Amino acid sequence: MRYHRLRQRRALGSLGTALALLCAVLAAGALLAILGYVVVQGIGAINWAFLTQLPHPIGVPGGGVGNGILGTFIIIGIATAMAVPIGLLTGIYLALFGRGPIPEALRFMSDVLSGVPSIAIGLFAYAVLVAPLKHFSAFSASFAFMMLMLPLMVRTSEQAIRSVPQTVREGALALGMSNFRATIYIVVPTARPAIITALLLAIARVTGETAPLLFTAFGTQYWETNPNHPMAVLALQVFNYAISPYPDWQAQAWAGALLLVAAVFVLSLGARLMLRRAMRGLES
Amino acid sequence: MTAAAPAIGALLMTEDLSAYYGEREAVGNVSLTFARKAVTAVIGPSGCGKTTLLRCLNRIHEVAFDARVAGRVLLDGDDIYASDVDPMAIRRRVGMVFQRPNPFPTLSILDNTLSCAGRTLTRRQRLECAERALHSAALWDEVKDKLRSSPLRLSGGQQQRLCIARAIAAEPEVLLMDEPTASLDPIATAVIEELMSRLSDDFTIVAVTHNMQQAARVSDYTAFMLADQDGVGRLIEVDETAKLFTKPADRRTEDYITGRFG
Repeated sequence: MRYHRLRQRRALGSLGTALALLCAVLAAGALLAILGYVVVQGIGAINWAFLTQLPHPIGVPGGGVGNGILGTFIIIGIATAMAVPIGLLTGIYLALFGRGPIPEALRFMSDVLSGVPSIAIGLFAYAVLVAPLKHFSAFSASFAFMMLMLPLMVRTSEQAIRSVPQTVREGALALGMSNFRATIYIVVPTARPAIITALLLAIARVTGETAPLLFTAFGTQYWETNPNHPMAVLALQVFNYAISPYPDWQAQAWAGALLLVAAVFVLSLGARLMLRRAMRGLES
Repeated sequence: MTAAAPAIGALLMTEDLSAYYGEREAVGNVSLTFARKAVTAVIGPSGCGKTTLLRCLNRIHEVAFDARVAGRVLLDGDDIYASDVDPMAIRRRVGMVFQRPNPFPTLSILDNTLSCAGRTLTRRQRLECAERALHSAALWDEVKDKLRSSPLRLSGGQQQRLCIARAIAAEPEVLLMDEPTASLDPIATAVIEELMSRLSDDFTIVAVTHNMQQAARVSDYTAFMLADQDGVGRLIEVDETAKLFTKPADRRTEDYITGRFG
């Protein structure tokens, strides 16, 4: 009886493996299909003018999304400059003093924040920054992006700091360093590759975000560098072009989408490389 | 229980010291005197509280969550657990070397050595200080041409000597060593052991080890600890090393050193 129904069990096992493989192929296939489709549709409209010029008025062929690309960099840059210090310091706090009701509440709020729809965060930015000032602005978009990046930064930098061996921190404390100095000079630098990974992923997260931009950055047809003014953003241009009735613009929407996908791809790849470095650093 | 170590010339002693992790008592009522400029080995089976005892001596025990200490630890006559004492100041006077080498991975060999030396030193003074410490740790000749490179390129034994150099660069009075050779091969172990004997000319050394041969080789005094039936680490006996290993006063010590348990 030891080999009871062995054949059936083996068949069931093979079936399970086949199903899992099929699902894996479907998942990977979906990604490849999206990537392939965006590349095929978008590559034709990408050229130097597209990357560097202002949009042309309706009916005038050519033109580009140069102002949108610039705006994307500016808005994400400001968002990062705000999210990194706040997120990193909160992560440090949670990693080092992470017990008790206040840290638990912080973690919970951060998890909730990460689940809030981005359009709701955009509305919030509109309510606190756009409506009172009575004008759209790039800064309000940065503020919304910061809210989207924060939970990621908080939780991943907490994990990064926690992954630094306790012996390293104790080694610093045993030398008579203060908790603060041991953290800033020893623990955080040791966790740096993992923290940069977190940052790249957080940037990738907001690069393609469109909803919060609708009532914050708003968009413009011109070159704009003042964060206090409405600003063009690539994702917003893709949105506007895609729903337009003009084939010219629709082609440009695909090209813009391709740029966004490529940016996220490069950021994710960079994050993986950094993560590998982080793992190597911790092993030794 | 005997506490017969020489009280004369003692730099460091514990009085009725108990250490806890939450409700669990890991070390109970240890009164022990460590002779000045000598090596005192603390031996005993795993879980007897010897490492916890050591970690109480520089107040690193309290870094762990939920950890606390009762009793007194006297450094040059003053209780290091008195309310007005800054643990950072104590840790500068009582250096520590850990079981596994823990150089700071992002700092160069030079910066590791100087990581807690004075920050007001000139460039020249810093180099001199580092050279002195690395010399004392018998590492200078091996690293003098790569001071700016990463400590992770060094062997385990070299990393451990770097950690010793880092500790003595702070010019402490006491050096605590928690099984400093546990992760090293026999040759690297021999180098460290020789270093310990030499360093005891300048420092009061307390070394935890589970290796009785090592205790016999390097220490002047040996303390034997054992967990009682409740798991609380107790000091069984302390004496000159030669005497403790040849004529132990307590049956349990004899059983342990003759290999009957542990």
